[in-house]
Amino acid sequence: MIKRIAQTAGFAGLLAALLLTLLQSFWVAPLILQAETYEKSEPAAVEIHEHAAGAVTAHTHDAEAWEPEDGWQRVLSTTGGNLVVAVGFALMLAGLYTLRAPRRTSQGLLWGLAGYATFVLAPTLGLPPELPGTAAADLAQRQIWWIGTAASTAVGIALIVFSRHWLMKILGVAILAVPHVIGAPQPEVHSMLAPEALEAQFKIASQLTNMAFWLALGLISAWLFRRKSDGQYSA
Amino acid sequence: MSIISSTGSNTDKKITISTTTTLSQRLTAAFCASILGACLVYFAGFSHIEAVHNAAHDTRHSSAFPCH
Repeated sequence: MIKRIAQTAGFAGLLAALLLTLLQSFWVAPLILQAETYEKSEPAAVEIHEHAAGAVTAHTHDAEAWEPEDGWQRVLSTTGGNLVVAVGFALMLAGLYTLRAPRRTSQGLLWGLAGYATFVLAPTLGLPPELPGTAAADLAQRQIWWIGTAASTAVGIALIVFSRHWLMKILGVAILAVPHVIGAPQPEVHSMLAPEALEAQFKIASQLTNMAFWLALGLISAWLFRRKSDGQYSA
Repeated sequence: MSIISSTGSNTDKKITISTTTTLSQRLTAAFCASILGACLVYFAGFSHIEAVHNAAHDTRHSSAFPCH
């Protein structure tokens, strides 16, 4: 069972990460690089780029911290980051498959959609994808809201899909809505160095790339999980 | 006849036992896999270590994880 989870997560994560890297390299990364030219040419960026400014004044290690150079180093480290994230998400999916095995490979698409809704769509409703150089609220606060939103979306979707009683389904909808009622932490002043058109393009690129990634991850993981199906996990 | 029925009930018992064990094992495996997966995502996407942040910078922006 553990071998099966590991194999499914490893191979599905690898393949989906490669797809993500490919889409990113041709579509998303060029937009990030373009936004960074505004960030680097603008001296005021230091004030807005609060995290870098804080790091410089508080501890001087910021300048010394390793940073991949633009080019193959950056692509390679992004690929590494994608791989770790993709295998992590795939492990969660494969773990859930041991409880609710997909009956058909195509059900993987539904799992992928649920993953996209949980980890991309719901958090971006409050914290939209940002280009470098965009003012934002405190990092820790945003991370807490993001994690809380993902968790409540996962629980909400699970209740809506799997519970049989209508009361539980309504509870699921309520849990789904809680983080959006609380609201995401917002910066005091909204400001952006990159032009709005670039930001808009980035939002679309990021959403579509992530959707493709999640659908591929769901489909590949369901296919791999079912490949040696012996009926042991059919729920 | 009696032999057949007793064999049948034995098999049934065995199946019941093995499914219960498997269910708790499945729950444990699902829980462990999810926690391990969440740790990996946290490490690459949410870590405050500078070098990790810089390395996975584009991953964070592209996946809409909070960054900076």
